[in-house]
Amino acid sequence: MGYRRPNGTMGIRNHVVILPLDDLSNAAAEAVAKVIPGTLALPHAFGRLQFGQDLELTFKTLIGTGMNANVAAVIVIGIEPKWTNRVAEGIAKSGKPVAAFSIEGKGDLQTITEASRMAAMFLQDASGLEREPAEIGEMIMSIKCGESDTTSGLGSCPTTSEAVDRWVEAGGTVFFGETSELTGGEHLIADRCIDDACRIAFQNTYDKYIEVIESTGANLLGSQPTQGNIAGGLTTIEEKALGNIAKTGSVPVVGVLDYAEQPDPNKKGLYFMNSSSAAAECVTLMAAGGAVIHLFPTGQGNVIGNPIVPVLKLTANKKTAASMKEHIDLDVSGLLRYEYDLTKAGDMMMEVIYKTVNGRLCAAEVTGHREFTFTKLYISA
Amino acid sequence: MATPPQFLLHHDGDNVAVAMDDLEPGTLHGLSVKEGTAYTEVLNHAIPLGHKFALTDIPEGGAIIKYGIKVGLASAAIKKGDYIHTHNMRSYRWEASRA
Repeated sequence: MGYRRPNGTMGIRNHVVILPLDDLSNAAAEAVAKVIPGTLALPHAFGRLQFGQDLELTFKTLIGTGMNANVAAVIVIGIEPKWTNRVAEGIAKSGKPVAAFSIEGKGDLQTITEASRMAAMFLQDASGLEREPAEIGEMIMSIKCGESDTTSGLGSCPTTSEAVDRWVEAGGTVFFGETSELTGGEHLIADRCIDDACRIAFQNTYDKYIEVIESTGANLLGSQPTQGNIAGGLTTIEEKALGNIAKTGSVPVVGVLDYAEQPDPNKKGLYFMNSSSAAAECVTLMAAGGAVIHLFPTGQGNVIGNPIVPVLKLTANKKTAASMKEHIDLDVSGLLRYEYDLTKAGDMMMEVIYKTVNGRLCAAEVTGHREFTFTKLYISA
Repeated sequence: MATPPQFLLHHDGDNVAVAMDDLEPGTLHGLSVKEGTAYTEVLNHAIPLGHKFALTDIPEGGAIIKYGIKVGLASAAIKKGDYIHTHNMRSYRWEASRA
């Protein structure tokens, strides 16, 4: 059961979002969310003096977040009206209620008063929306793993893979990304691209990203793989990449998306989205691209959530399942003890997904994890 | 198998296996995930859950194979049964990334 939005998209949450355009507007946005409890402020660190592609990505992230089907209505607050209105107008294309407020010339307090009045109306209207039957084919799922270890490639990623195949076979769309984290297995993804255009787009995206990383000449040990990965037994990027790829299912890759890009709604299936492998950045980009639910396999125990998208975490590491229980939605460590097979693990995953779609809160929602993190392409002016 | 495998390898032919528990040196039993082949191996060092050991001797510069694919190179000679991690294995793609 989900929420049908005016543009036809299907969401599984019903947030009224107070969206700051820029870092300066975080205080007002957070104040509105305090005045009208039940609304959700999304503070972030950027939005000032960005330019070119980096600015465009920030707009795309803000607009995509507002357009996401898990969001019922949006209040945009910015320091000045021009960019504020640009973001509000972008979101309004989805047909959902949007209002914009700017702070210059009236100050935080007046802005908070005006925005809170509107937020109260939006919240009450949103609360009156009723869930209706939702099909998998109407929803986008995203996947990304984190604090992976060797149990990820053996258990939690293959379980995610089962869910990916089932989701796509049911007519749904899935995003995977983590561009640098395909290194050593990128040929496996290229081989799965549905046609030459897709393959070339993938290869160009991958090559360009890796060129930036390699041009630094840096020793990446500790960054990629992370210190957590290394503590969990992963030694090289290639080893980590094959575990990462083990979660992408066996279905073809039907398209390549740029950061936060929304897919063609008429073309369903598995998409690669160019993205950082940092958990919060990646999930934020995928949410802006339209994902309404996220599967997050972890080994050593990543605690990530997202403000608007339920992030379901699963692990096959029995120590993590026991020591970080409040963060884990599904323990599949039994798979590695041969207590059940992968099909059964897939069934268990789908059951958690269905419950979450129908409104049950996931661990990240219960523990208040709302990481909203922008990808920055370069310095600000 | 009556008791859970103490180690797993992804594919037959991989030259590394992964510990499924904190393991002490000694004789261990394990499985390959893809083919389901049973293995009995001797581990030379104590290793934590999730860490790797060698199933064959691997010369310095030799390929480390996991998932049936090269995932790194031995940065020092490795004996069958030895613990493998950043001290004796490195990336072959990111040359600068080494311990």
